[in-house]
Amino acid sequence: MSDLSLPLGLDFIGANDRARSVTTERRRVRIALIAIAVIFLSLFILLPLISVFIEAFRAGLNTYWVAITEPDALAAVRLTLLVAAIAVPANVIFGIAASWAIAKFEFPGKSFLNTLIDLPFSVSPVISGLVFVLLFGLQGYFGHWLRDHDIQIIFAVPGIVLATIFVTFPFVARELVPLMQEQGTQDEEAALSLGASGFQTFWRITLPNVKWALLYGVILCNARAMGEFGAVSVVSGHIRGKTNTMPLHVEVLYNDYNSAAAFAVASLLALLALVTLAVKIALEWRYADQIAGSNRH
Amino acid sequence: MDALVGNEANRLAPSTLASKGGWEKPMQVTVEDVVRTFGITPALHGVSLDIHPGELVALLGPSGSGKTTLLRILAGLDFPTAGRVLFDGEDALKFTVQERNVGLVFQNYALFRHMRVLENIGFGLRVRPRSRRPNRNDIRHRVLELLDLVQLSGLEKRYPAQLSGGQRQRVAFARALAIEPRLLLLDEPFGALDAMVRRDLRRWLREIHDKTGHTTVFVTHDQEEALELADRVVVMSQGRIKQVGTPDEVYDRPNSPFVFSFIGESSALPVDVEKGKILLDGRPLNLVAKDIPSGPAELYFRPHDLEVEDNLLGGIQGTVSAQRRHGGSRRVELEVDEQRHRIEIDLPADFEPNLGDRISVLPRRWKLYR
Amino acid sequence: MAGARGLALKQPSVIPGFGLALGFTLTYLSLIVLIPLAALILYASSLGFSGFWQLVTEPRTLAALRVSFVISFIAAVINVIFGLIVAWVLIRYRFPGRRFLDAIVDLPFALPTAVAGIALTAIYAPNGWIGGLLDPWGIKVAYTPLGIGVALVFIGLPFVVRTVQPVLEDFEREVEEAAVSLGATRRQTVFRVMLPALLPAILTGFALAFARAVGEYGSVIFIAGNIPYVSEIAPLLIVIKLEEFNYGGATAIAAAMLLIAFLIILVINLIQAWQRRRFSQ
Repeated sequence: MSDLSLPLGLDFIGANDRARSVTTERRRVRIALIAIAVIFLSLFILLPLISVFIEAFRAGLNTYWVAITEPDALAAVRLTLLVAAIAVPANVIFGIAASWAIAKFEFPGKSFLNTLIDLPFSVSPVISGLVFVLLFGLQGYFGHWLRDHDIQIIFAVPGIVLATIFVTFPFVARELVPLMQEQGTQDEEAALSLGASGFQTFWRITLPNVKWALLYGVILCNARAMGEFGAVSVVSGHIRGKTNTMPLHVEVLYNDYNSAAAFAVASLLALLALVTLAVKIALEWRYADQIAGSNRH
Repeated sequence: MDALVGNEANRLAPSTLASKGGWEKPMQVTVEDVVRTFGITPALHGVSLDIHPGELVALLGPSGSGKTTLLRILAGLDFPTAGRVLFDGEDALKFTVQERNVGLVFQNYALFRHMRVLENIGFGLRVRPRSRRPNRNDIRHRVLELLDLVQLSGLEKRYPAQLSGGQRQRVAFARALAIEPRLLLLDEPFGALDAMVRRDLRRWLREIHDKTGHTTVFVTHDQEEALELADRVVVMSQGRIKQVGTPDEVYDRPNSPFVFSFIGESSALPVDVEKGKILLDGRPLNLVAKDIPSGPAELYFRPHDLEVEDNLLGGIQGTVSAQRRHGGSRRVELEVDEQRHRIEIDLPADFEPNLGDRISVLPRRWKLYR
Repeated sequence: MAGARGLALKQPSVIPGFGLALGFTLTYLSLIVLIPLAALILYASSLGFSGFWQLVTEPRTLAALRVSFVISFIAAVINVIFGLIVAWVLIRYRFPGRRFLDAIVDLPFALPTAVAGIALTAIYAPNGWIGGLLDPWGIKVAYTPLGIGVALVFIGLPFVVRTVQPVLEDFEREVEEAAVSLGATRRQTVFRVMLPALLPAILTGFALAFARAVGEYGSVIFIAGNIPYVSEIAPLLIVIKLEEFNYGGATAIAAAMLLIAFLIILVINLIQAWQRRRFSQ
């Protein structure tokens, strides 16, 4: 009886056609709408994606290989990995702490704290970089002090790491908080009443309960950390081989009219995006019930 | 189609809704051998039913009995795989749901959340093609009349979210009435309400029906509701109609063990019939079963139809295994010896047997099925 | 210390770790987010109102803000229309490739903006796949405001789709059936019953897409052409000011952007709250 309510599109045929037609559009309209959706998504999403790979290999495999193995490119890959390796774990630890505090306890100001966590998402990437320049740049609040102590943050790796942490700040927390709120505190209370210590409870009960949501948040956080452009661009200084992450390296190459090399490096980032998407979808299909925030972005 | 549209146009003459005269003549509905299969699972196997003009009919059955499918077919939301549906002798299946002009009330009311009560009720009038659409004032006038009819005057500015369950139910009802339906269909109309509101609304629905005289079909799984409200009850099970009759008929003369046990409370005991005598564990009971062929059978009776017999012989003998207060009477559970069957008996509240007492009972009314 | 304070603040609970978790959360939040944003506000306020006003009302700055907000608005509107169609098609119809389409909707979230920027430029440039088709008609996309629109539609697309999708999925079929049983045509059912009910979700999607578009940088600068007064977006102007070590100018634009964006989001949130108060149970 359940197929009664299945909203069917093109494949609906035969005897039940009339019954289903009551709450769907005419066949003509359906086909038109599907065509619009397909064309729209093709023009704006599919085509750009395909073009990255085509442009990357346009000048041949050899050029591609050279572009991604030249020292500056490798340096960019290394820096990108390094930045992600710092930013992602930092935000994971924060996400777990924040979700533990918000989901398992009642305290005044909780919903305000929840709102603050999402703040970096509503700030332009460029402004995310700017705020660190204002703090640590030469004319910034701590500029002189830093120069006197010979510490460089802006136009150096620490600035890139800070800006990246800022823009990827909410990713893990926003996946964990709603899920842990939904799960409540009963499991933890049960574990504690059975004699588990606080740490055991967290490690053996809470963490396994949210592991897929955590992984979900981590891959999204990682994708953004490796792909962030605007914020990093502001604080990096674009020093080849030193402070260029992969997205910045793409820009430098592109602006040098070295399109093939730019697209070659870009194709690596596109590949990362595809892998991220694949893992994300796999998690959504398999563990939909264990990922509370799967439909929020 | 032309006939139907013409009909509707006529009815759009200004009407006083609450008076019977304003309504169209109630409609006769005929269902002939309707089959509905979903994929390979049949939901209705050849159902036939006549619903008389102005009748209030209950489709009663457990979930999966096909009652909702039948209702949806009448509404035009679903279509039979085979069979015919006639409205006043005219093939209804050739009309779309929009053309059928059937008032439908859903279990969860399906009110439009973003519209005020006024707009909800007037929706069916506002979406009519311009040629048949009453003007703004007439719509408003009619909606206010309907609100009065469903006793919700003054709430026209509210949103559905600001109403109680019972009030929503009545808005849904008024919305269905607004299109001056030829047939009113209610799907579990009281299903989502709590017991108190349910009882009030039942009485209210009956009154409205008597006032407006629509041919009305409602689906329910609650036999009490069906018996109390309906002129006739259609008992359904597994895609078939088991019995159609007045509440008295289906309660007092159920035609099958299913109907007997589905409607009202009942107990059953396996017995043997031999030459007009009914034997329980080989002992004859003091019941006469003339014209019933010999052989094994099931004896069905209701708890309140049992009386204690002074004479142990000739009665259903058993041991009291439990007893508890049950409304105005006392519900006693009796273990009928050898077969270890349990039956339930309603006895006067002052009858207080001890556990383990042996008593003998006989049904005043009973049915034998084989 | 944080623990002791925390214990006094929170409701009693047997679960341990509140002080540690909240203390760490607040410290980290302050260091990474609050203090840097406070620096922005502090810097902006140190400009003084007249100084701020002077910087913001520079013709080039005004033009950049206008380009950013107007084109972001148009892109968000386009995303509402097409995002709604995409969400509708993905939820309501079954057709080959549906799941694939559903999957690629999220690509703009995952694809680094710089990659999207150069890819869109390659396609919509006069010698690109689509730009080449449009060029003979005199339509130039890349290196014009139209190009900015294309990039902003790209990055805003998932927001509308993903906010409308779950609401449409949960939409009660009975409500649609009620509408048709009352005589509504399909068009009337969709436009008078369903779309108004989806409005809060549509508005949310619009707000998210719009906010994202206003701040977008990476995907726009490659395709925009970046001609001052024509196709120069506000975030780019911030970067230009920074490169000139004009912190004041950069900060003023940033503060203005944040202010306008927050105001718009606030208005939309108010509309939503008002709608929710009326409709929700």
